[in-house]
Amino acid sequence: MDLKLEHHTTDGIEVVDVEGEIDVYTAPRLRELLIDLVNGGHYQLVVNMEKVEFLDSTGLGVLVGGLKRVRAHDGSLDLVCTQERILKIFRITGLTKVFGIHDGVDEAIAARKSEK
Amino acid sequence: MATVEMTFTPLPAHVRTARLVATAVARRSGVPEALLDEVRLAVGEACSRAVEVHQEHCPAEPVRVALTGAGERFEVVVTNTAAGGDGMAWPPQPVPEEQDSVAAPAELGLAVIAGLADDVQVSRNGDGLSIRMSWPSGAPAD
Repeated sequence: MDLKLEHHTTDGIEVVDVEGEIDVYTAPRLRELLIDLVNGGHYQLVVNMEKVEFLDSTGLGVLVGGLKRVRAHDGSLDLVCTQERILKIFRITGLTKVFGIHDGVDEAIAARKSEK
Repeated sequence: MATVEMTFTPLPAHVRTARLVATAVARRSGVPEALLDEVRLAVGEACSRAVEVHQEHCPAEPVRVALTGAGERFEVVVTNTAAGGDGMAWPPQPVPEEQDSVAAPAELGLAVIAGLADDVQVSRNGDGLSIRMSWPSGAPAD
């Protein structure tokens, strides 16, 4: 399973749908997309990981890199994930404290809107 | 003798293959289904790290993976033969909690291995390093 990336704008927030495996081979494509979005002026991002089948530390590094980029513009990067196998990786590395992790895209957008 | 041994050229594209093979041998060795995800991820992390080190120091040398499932434990040894040393800190430092000092990916990888493998040992191997990980296995499948 390769990596599939799609993105669309909802309520002024850019939602990135990720499907497949994020590893040392495929993570550079996600990194490029996040950089392109930030360079295009999108600083409010939601990364939907509900269809991610595999995530390793390279993928975590890309998400952390994306977070740093949007924060440089006072932006945000929230995650959508309910899969225990993926959430476990965030817990092991302490990154549950760094990212807002939500149960659905609507919840992530609502949480971001309510903070404004 | 290892149950399965593989060597692969140090390219990121082959790490997935190594993960799949390791998971298949683990399943066949009787590692419980609930632990197979951990095997897959930890082996992937160790191989990713080896690929990174080889690409920097010795891109012509293959990464070696030995999978042994004959005994009560399923054991994986990932060996890099990088000349020039590998300054890996083991055990890994705890990942800082502050938002502004998030660990670099290499440190995250070690944290993942430490968090997932049931038992981890790192040993010097000439100029390189071997990461030995193991998980409990039941009766091997026929």
